[in-house]
Amino acid sequence: MSAEPFIHLAGVRKVYRRGKTEHAAISDATFDVMAGELVSLVGPSGCGKSTLLKLLAGLHAHDGGEVRIGSGAHSFDPARDVGMVFQAPLLLKWRRILENVLLPAEILGLPMAAARERARALLALVGLSGSEDKYPYELSGGMQQRAAIARSLVHDPKLVLMDEPFGALDALTREKMNLELLRIWKEAGKTIIFVTHGISEAVFLGTRVVVFTAGPARMADNFQIDLPYPRTLDLKTHERFGEYTRRIYKLLGLE
Amino acid sequence: MDRTETLTRYAFAVLAHLALLLAWYLFVKLGNVPKFVMPSPAETLDALLSPNYGWWSNVAVTATEIFAGYFLALVAGVALALAFTWSKTLEAFFMPLLVSLNMIPKVALGPLIIVWFKYGVFPNTLMAFSICVFPILLTTARGLREVEPELLDLVRSLKGSRWQVFAKIQLPGALPYIFSGMKVAAILAVAGAIVGEFLGSDRGLGYLMLQVQVTLDTPAMFMAVILITLLGMLLYGAVLALERWLVVKDARLD
Repeated sequence: MSAEPFIHLAGVRKVYRRGKTEHAAISDATFDVMAGELVSLVGPSGCGKSTLLKLLAGLHAHDGGEVRIGSGAHSFDPARDVGMVFQAPLLLKWRRILENVLLPAEILGLPMAAARERARALLALVGLSGSEDKYPYELSGGMQQRAAIARSLVHDPKLVLMDEPFGALDALTREKMNLELLRIWKEAGKTIIFVTHGISEAVFLGTRVVVFTAGPARMADNFQIDLPYPRTLDLKTHERFGEYTRRIYKLLGLE
Repeated sequence: MDRTETLTRYAFAVLAHLALLLAWYLFVKLGNVPKFVMPSPAETLDALLSPNYGWWSNVAVTATEIFAGYFLALVAGVALALAFTWSKTLEAFFMPLLVSLNMIPKVALGPLIIVWFKYGVFPNTLMAFSICVFPILLTTARGLREVEPELLDLVRSLKGSRWQVFAKIQLPGALPYIFSGMKVAAILAVAGAIVGEFLGSDRGLGYLMLQVQVTLDTPAMFMAVILITLLGMLLYGAVLALERWLVVKDARLD
């Protein structure tokens, strides 16, 4: 694991200007992500974690520091190696599920026959076989989010960015989706950056957790989660699980 | 279950119309209402047999005005809205102006239109057009603006083009809005054409109504109103059918 990191962030700064006042959205983010990791970014609203995701997606430019994605062993093409999942599924209401999953492939102009095959396989992977020809409104919120995850993978990106993807789901569905995500992550073998408010969710999923605090927005901690995969819900009663969550609570001033 | 429910709904709809017809009949019959005040349904239907009213040519004239005005408004309204999404400057310049122009009571333009274009099918088409272009334009512009910002992020993260955003997300997303404007406009188009005919015309159902009013032929006036209504229903029904065909159930705005 001493290899070159897939993502390297050093002293990353991003400011928003509103009139003449500058407001730091990220002040000094420094951490590395190895290829194939699932890194949780956790913190309160306004701590800059979503902004960081947009930097990684190439949607915003940073104002200082270094952002490097890709390594010798794992090249990265910013135009086609990013998959995104948001809090809302954001499926197109007028497209059937399969056609929704195909959207990134269409935008990138990939060969459609192969993409269609891949989309079907991905729908099977996320547990939606048989729903290919349904419309989004025929699926529950959790199932729509599964389709959104399949959509984020259809163009075979190296990096998947998830911005509170389960934040709008009920608690039980959310637990279930956490387990599903771990399974999908293992099978798809992607590097995932997972933004969440949920402290226990962050620890449960991540190979590593990066903690952000708000007011002022800054990165407060970055540590490895030394718990074995495959993870099951029993893990939440594990002593070390408690230690990790307590560490985050403390950083966020909740203890 | 779903099927019988739909059937029941249709049955109720038909029943309600028949009930109105019956109430009308009974009111005239039992109330001994004179024919020139309110004719019975049968007397109204008889008016169609009157050969010197030229019903069908008048229907054709009014229908032409309604449909042509509506179609032009649809093309112009959607085209303008599209132009506005492509150019912010264009929108910033024209939109406030159009909102002001929309405040003009279109009926008040009638006398002017007659001065400019005389009587006939064209000025009445223009009347129908002017009254229904704004709802189509405004709802379409709104629909094209309603794009989830995160969906734009998704496309932009894949370096998608503006055209792709437009063709794959904006336009299909705006379709329900376009139809909601089209439905409002369908009702207005009929009113526009008839008002045009009232103000100055030598043909059409509105013109005919004024003619038979002079001779107090109330059954013919009733018949004219019914035919105008049927034209409106035809247009509205066509729009609904098109919406059903093009817009997924869940996305329809009601």
